[in-house]
Amino acid sequence: MQSKPRQWQWAVPWLFLAPALIVFTWFKFVPIAKGMVMSLHNMKFFGPDEWVGLAHYERAISDSALHAAVGNTLLYVIVSTVVGGVLAFCVALALQDQARHVRIIRTAIFIPAVTSVAILSEIWRIVFYPAANGVANSFIALFYIPAQSWMADPDQALYVVILLQIWKSIPYNMVIFLAGLAGINRELYDAADVDGANVWRKLWHVTLPGLIPAFSVVIMLSFIRGFRVFTEIYTTTGGGPAGRTEVIMTVIFKTGFERLDYGYAAAVSFLLVAFTVLLTVLHITIKNRISRF
Amino acid sequence: MTQTLSQKFARVVLYAFLLIVFCGPFWGILATAFNSATVQPGKLLLWPEEFTLRHFSYAWHEAKAYVYLFNSLLVALIGTALQTLVSAMAAYALARKRFRGMAVVSLAILSTMMLPEEVIAIPLYLTLQAKIPVLDVSLYNTYFALILPVVGWAFSVFLLTEFMKAVPQDLEDAARVDGASELQIFRHVILPLVKPALGTAAIFGFLMIWDQYLLPLIAVDKRELYTIPVVLRSMRVDEIMQSNIFIAVTVIATVPSVLVYLALQRQFNSGLTAGAVKG
Repeated sequence: MQSKPRQWQWAVPWLFLAPALIVFTWFKFVPIAKGMVMSLHNMKFFGPDEWVGLAHYERAISDSALHAAVGNTLLYVIVSTVVGGVLAFCVALALQDQARHVRIIRTAIFIPAVTSVAILSEIWRIVFYPAANGVANSFIALFYIPAQSWMADPDQALYVVILLQIWKSIPYNMVIFLAGLAGINRELYDAADVDGANVWRKLWHVTLPGLIPAFSVVIMLSFIRGFRVFTEIYTTTGGGPAGRTEVIMTVIFKTGFERLDYGYAAAVSFLLVAFTVLLTVLHITIKNRISRF
Repeated sequence: MTQTLSQKFARVVLYAFLLIVFCGPFWGILATAFNSATVQPGKLLLWPEEFTLRHFSYAWHEAKAYVYLFNSLLVALIGTALQTLVSAMAAYALARKRFRGMAVVSLAILSTMMLPEEVIAIPLYLTLQAKIPVLDVSLYNTYFALILPVVGWAFSVFLLTEFMKAVPQDLEDAARVDGASELQIFRHVILPLVKPALGTAAIFGFLMIWDQYLLPLIAVDKRELYTIPVVLRSMRVDEIMQSNIFIAVTVIATVPSVLVYLALQRQFNSGLTAGAVKG
């Protein structure tokens, strides 16, 4: 429009950005800033908050309950990433065919990945019900294994919830691997055939190197998902039995919403954020290093 | 490719195994929900012994599953629509304009992608309870508290920005010469050209909002505002409910997101790989 005064042109992008900026500011940036301030204070319900400096962060360093939760979270992240990644890679290899029936199977096994975590948790609680006639116990009874207590057993609970994470992430990772497999140059396989390479050599020298970007994405997403895990734990075991499945986020949630210790909860939150950012930077650095070769 | 009989057999066994592992539990809750006799907790059936809709009827009317389903659908649909619109507008500015402060804005939005939403739960809870300036109302315990915090989603902004960047400048220039206003260019030139990306952003947005758990948990404490994922746990924890009825509620809760996925699979898969390759 020629008639529009030119001096208002600068406002156009800001008008388009305004709704996004409002929601991002009010529901993301303000809470982040508020959380940072909270982590330096003792929050009081009456009267002004008390400045405590880095005391909450110091407390986090020597909090043994938090350390146990960090240990559980690390185990959760590492086992679910490795097992979920490797199994998803195998499933992707088995289902990379473009035949119609394979496409249908791929669609069907993706259902857990699009279902709410809260629902998956309820299904998990039914499948791993700790009675002799529960689904999982009936299954292992076929192999003459005695009935287990699963999520009610302090020694098994964490592994059962890790299994839930693996179950949910395999279909998701599979799609990423399938996209990676589709991107591998077919001529490389033909060249390997000419050289007389067998299936395993082709897998090692063509498929795996071609899937490095896919592996990198899978590992990164799985790490980020794992460190922030909350719903999967809260809705299955709630951190129990005896705190054996407590993870960083459930500790933060309980500290904040049950013990109302907002300041300390905010401090632990920020340690988690800092750690996540560090991990992302590390990942990008390693990725760039690899792609340079 | 020729396959020997044993290879074919191995494939069939593998496919069956995968289907049992990933779909079996869903089949089990479906069959159990339709079974007339009440099953013991923890038991799932392969096939209903005597078919009935009684548990669904009870779950719907007495357990009020419709209230929670309505809440979930309302939040997910309105949230998706607002999220896609707000993201598309922001993406238009970031992809098609050059202005001072652009780098700061896009970095700020993108940085929230790295931030685990969960860690701002407590300050977000306090923000929702706080009175909004000017209007002097608090969002806590309203539908707004369930919807507005998910409207800003960096993934959606990022995805749409990438696609809008790919629209040739000539098309925009031609429209401008014809006297089209900014809003007309946005609505009639850019948006139609990125329709597939809008679809992808909307599906992912819907599934993301549908999966929200911590937000509804902290945003409302009135039961009639609960979404279906939140109500599941409280139904299990504080009520004595027959397991078939509880399973029927679980089935009702599972259906919408699975239907959305099955109906819109193509856009979904293209988005998943685009997001994976770029992100």
